[in-house]
Amino acid sequence: MMNWLPAATDFRDQLKSILASADSNGRFDKLAALAHHRLNVIETLQLDGALGKCPRDAEATPAPIRLALLGANTLDHLAPAVRVAGLRRRILFDIHIGSYGQYRQELLNPSSQVHRFRPQIVLLSLSSRETLSALPLSSTEGEVQALIEQRIDEIRHLWRTARETLGAVVIQQTVLDVADPVFGSYDCVVPAAPCRVIARLNERMAQAASADGVLLLDIAGAATRQGIQFWHDRSRWLQGKLEIAPLAAPMYGEMLVRIVAAQRGMSRKCLVLDLDNTVWGGVIGDDGIEGIVLGEGSAAGEAHLALQRYAKQLSERGIILAVCSKNEAAVAEAAFRDHPEMILKRSDIAAFVANWNDKSENLRVIAEQLNIGLDSLVFVDDNPVERARIRESLPMVAVPELPEDVSDYVPRVAEAGYFEAVAFTAEDRQRAQQYAANTERDLLRGSVQSIEDFLKGLDMSVDYGPVTPVSIDRVTQLINKTNQFNTTTRRYSPEEVVARSTSSDGLAFQFRLLDKFGDNGIVSVMILRPDDNERDVLEIESWVMSCRVFGRELEHEAMNIAVEAARDRGVRALSADYIPTTKNGVIRDLFPSLGFAPSDKDTPSNGPSRWILDVKNYDAHKTHISRIEKPQ
Amino acid sequence: MTEDEILQTLTRILRDLLMDDSIVLAMDTRREDVPAWDSFNYINFIVALEMEYGIKFKVSDVESFENVGAIVKQTKALRS
Repeated sequence: MMNWLPAATDFRDQLKSILASADSNGRFDKLAALAHHRLNVIETLQLDGALGKCPRDAEATPAPIRLALLGANTLDHLAPAVRVAGLRRRILFDIHIGSYGQYRQELLNPSSQVHRFRPQIVLLSLSSRETLSALPLSSTEGEVQALIEQRIDEIRHLWRTARETLGAVVIQQTVLDVADPVFGSYDCVVPAAPCRVIARLNERMAQAASADGVLLLDIAGAATRQGIQFWHDRSRWLQGKLEIAPLAAPMYGEMLVRIVAAQRGMSRKCLVLDLDNTVWGGVIGDDGIEGIVLGEGSAAGEAHLALQRYAKQLSERGIILAVCSKNEAAVAEAAFRDHPEMILKRSDIAAFVANWNDKSENLRVIAEQLNIGLDSLVFVDDNPVERARIRESLPMVAVPELPEDVSDYVPRVAEAGYFEAVAFTAEDRQRAQQYAANTERDLLRGSVQSIEDFLKGLDMSVDYGPVTPVSIDRVTQLINKTNQFNTTTRRYSPEEVVARSTSSDGLAFQFRLLDKFGDNGIVSVMILRPDDNERDVLEIESWVMSCRVFGRELEHEAMNIAVEAARDRGVRALSADYIPTTKNGVIRDLFPSLGFAPSDKDTPSNGPSRWILDVKNYDAHKTHISRIEKPQ
Repeated sequence: MTEDEILQTLTRILRDLLMDDSIVLAMDTRREDVPAWDSFNYINFIVALEMEYGIKFKVSDVESFENVGAIVKQTKALRS
């Protein structure tokens, strides 16, 4: 399991030397690097033990997330795995483990330890045992349904409590099917047969979670793929009431932290594919278009096609595709154009880099072209030497270990979970087209004389207004995934965005940018609220913009709109914080360039800074963007 | 594989697990003789041992091991 991670060599010695080293500052980094290896449950425990001995330096390590693990069974063995999966992404956790079987009392009693712990995330890990024990095999369809609904209502009440009284994000684990067949295949048609009850419980839980905005941790799905014997070990259940087998704990932690990371915008955004022996079999430079192995008629050819089909699916859900290959560009592109079996077309590839340069250099070029971080890339290459080189030179790029056999490429990439999502928005569905349109925009940029002509030629318009209920998922996703153009890097739950967009004294604007190549979707959000210190000042609490529309003057038009809104409310000035991070340096000079003045001349140059704009004396910026205003 | 070799391996496993290199196991060591060797770490220890030797103990064995010597003997029996 966890086969996409490279094997650890000398894990024991490495860990000992890290613990013995005098340099405690570098310790966290070294432990994080070690976490990027395939570790079994015991190694995971040891790494977690070492992490516990690592001094928490507020400067070098991020603030921990408070997570409560609550459930019906023993969960203690999962905490180390969660912490190590966090370490893999440089996320720290403070974990509270609920008492055995006490999840109801702990959530419902406002003076319980959980309430004192104030978790930011509550994970509910339930099993099927309570539901099953209340259902004799002779129960009718109606009785089964009624009991399941009752159980779902109870779970929803717990979710509500966790969200409303604790203000926590709720993650609900699906229930493992640990039942044995009673009739055999006939179980499928007996309403109270355990496997049926569990399937329905999971299905109803997913529907309720979707309706309530609760996130799901689907270990039942994982167990279907990886085997229930791997996920549930009867001897451990009997010995210590462990519903989740210790051997599966690292996978459990990994799956949970993927969701937490996805919610924080840390999922990968782009799949970069090597070509020879990855996208097709053989070497196109040697074998020619007619010589490569691809498509029907060859098992290996179909396996390469399966990888293409999977990449295409990812692209349909908003993952950007890129190519990084050692080839002549013309030869490589010809295959996309001329090979009849190719599923991926040249227009599916947002960045196509084929040359003889070092691949780490080319990955940098790809990240730059797409305007995303290197830590958004996943690089799939059949060549172990290339993989090792990229891991060495660009450790922030995810590079899955691939099996020898191409038939297992797709499940390997899929199980690595690089692209974990917590939403699927209209913008995700259109992203592939938008990147294809970007390529056309770039062609236009190359063909016109000046930036002025380019912007004029784009025929841009902005569709803007308050955040609407329909767009809340996209708006939240944009706020939480955007790292570059993000003035304060504050993150919001959908509820918090709704609260701000409906509050009488605050404002939440969304901006959709259209041009002659298409609709870019909602690409910017600005949240304003009355300044804490001065009521006649509106503060820009958060402002984000998608990197896809940098350099299109949208920031100027958005500020024009914000100033008009401020004037309408009789507000004297706009204020804004710029809180620098390692990723938002691109907007270091945003506020002064928009006409803001520093509120304090002595602000240190590398720390957070506060900016003020007098709205009376503001001259609207001239832009090439016309307005489409929605009725309010 | 001799009983002594198994005992050395068990010692190494428990030291790594409890991060305590001062632990010395003998055939007559009982779980309560080693501080921090609680029920949580007992299951972890059994899991580590099963992974190390590619064996699986019966639940009836695990709950009746009197001392380290009994674990060593059962490990040897399962390996042969």
